[in-house]
Amino acid sequence: MSAAKKNASANKPKVRLSIVVMTIYLLFLLVPIYWLVIMSFKSNSEILGMFTLFPTDFTLKNYQTILSDPSWYMGYVNSFIYVSLNTVISLSVALPAAYAFSRYRFFGDNHLFFWLLTNRMAPPAVFALPFFQLYSSVSLFDTHIAVALAHCLFNVPLAVWILEGFMRGVPREIDETAFIDGYGFTRFFTRIFVPMIAPGIGVTAFFCFMFSWVELLLSRTLTSVEAKPITAIMTRTVSASGLDWGVLAAAGVLTIIPGAIVIYFVRNHIAKGFALGRV
Amino acid sequence: MEKTVNQRAWFLVIPVLILVAFSSIIPMMTVVNYSFQDTFGGNDFFWVGLEWYRELLHSERLWDAFGRQLLFSSIILSIEVPLGILVALSMPKKGISASICLVLMSLPLLIPYNVVGTIWQVFGRADIGLLGRTLSDLGISYNYSQNAFDAWATVIAMDVWHWTSLVALLCYAGLRSIPNAYYQAAMIDQASRWSVFRFIELPKMRGVLMIAILLRFMDSFMIYTEPFVLTGGGPGNTTTFLSIDLVKMALGQFDLGPAAAFSLMYFLVILLISYVFYTVMITAEKDEVQS
Repeated sequence: MSAAKKNASANKPKVRLSIVVMTIYLLFLLVPIYWLVIMSFKSNSEILGMFTLFPTDFTLKNYQTILSDPSWYMGYVNSFIYVSLNTVISLSVALPAAYAFSRYRFFGDNHLFFWLLTNRMAPPAVFALPFFQLYSSVSLFDTHIAVALAHCLFNVPLAVWILEGFMRGVPREIDETAFIDGYGFTRFFTRIFVPMIAPGIGVTAFFCFMFSWVELLLSRTLTSVEAKPITAIMTRTVSASGLDWGVLAAAGVLTIIPGAIVIYFVRNHIAKGFALGRV
Repeated sequence: MEKTVNQRAWFLVIPVLILVAFSSIIPMMTVVNYSFQDTFGGNDFFWVGLEWYRELLHSERLWDAFGRQLLFSSIILSIEVPLGILVALSMPKKGISASICLVLMSLPLLIPYNVVGTIWQVFGRADIGLLGRTLSDLGISYNYSQNAFDAWATVIAMDVWHWTSLVALLCYAGLRSIPNAYYQAAMIDQASRWSVFRFIELPKMRGVLMIAILLRFMDSFMIYTEPFVLTGGGPGNTTTFLSIDLVKMALGQFDLGPAAAFSLMYFLVILLISYVFYTVMITAEKDEVQS
């Protein structure tokens, strides 16, 4: 008893220390984001002329510029199109493969599994030029599907790994019972198995979406006008005029919003997703 | 769980194989092809053998970029891993505060890479940025686009800001899997905080730590967008990492042969180091299953 008491009193400063650490760390994370957000509500003269911690002249003009100019807002539309395409493609090929890896041993399975991971390790910079030539030669350059397929390079391995992690948690007795009950593979897979791992599929979809959304190099290389993503439009603005900080900040804030909205739902799985399903 | 041998499982894997072959093997073969050839423009290629490789291995530019890359990766690993563990240990264990911490910490991870660059660009500039302005008001001269040291400090701070949460989240997931009985046993033994960490928490975090190190190594070794947006590789060449150099060579100067040879060597280095990490990781996983 006295030991427990002693421990409790010894615990007190430790608890405070952890609060201090967390506060400092969260401040470190949030201050740069705060700066971007308030900048997006400032006029350019305020950004350049005054140094204010809070917008004195609160304006939505920067957002208005983006939402009324097609060369800006089409960037978001293009990004959404190829990101969604990519998520659908990645999930539909990864589901059966992840099932195979989680349930069966077959010739070369371990090597194949590692080989998939090597695609996640490949620097996109290595693939930029060959992708450009490959998609140009099949006249897919500057299309949404080209970017969607290119992002499969790292999203398919990611999806296979995460899904395999989730599927391993499903007891295989369920498969066996279903097969004994006379379910064919396809019917079992679509009617029973997929609904059972629906949360896993949701998390995987989120990660495919996210990794395709944040990528710049490949999507910029593979597009020029028609399918140009918002991220590429932003870097172009920096190099061309480099002055309209307010609009740039607003564009940045708008790219953060999709992630910020969904993050709450996946908060408990986020470690698993980033660890390729290995936690 | 024992898996059954079933060669027909291959059919389930075939779609992935076709897709990844299309987006990985075909482009990779083009790269291999270019790395042995030279061109005088147009489509006239001729065989040069290992010429490009020989040239690159003696190129100061490549070795410099490689050195910078190694230095960068080791600096950020040595900052992010201890910091991530510290943050994971300090995180609240349950309740609403744990959720809030999880959400806020994940935020930087989900920001597009170029926006991360932009955030630090507007944050660090001496004329409009909070950080740059504060530092110059304090009398510290700071300019990340002119001074090499400042540029490095900013790129490292940016990466720590961007990715430390990843390490922390993984470690947190590892910590939460430790049964409470372990801590109770430690309490009975009157173990110090340090020995709880050293003999209970650290061994239990080993698996996730390996993953965190593997991922952070891989991603920091192929970092492109963030420093590209922030410093553009400058001042001079001081923050030109391998990917930035490669893109300059391949898409800027269109030097197909050298760029291809560069690509292959770059990929092989990552592959080699990652394979070592991966083997260690798998072995650790097996040990855990057995114990």
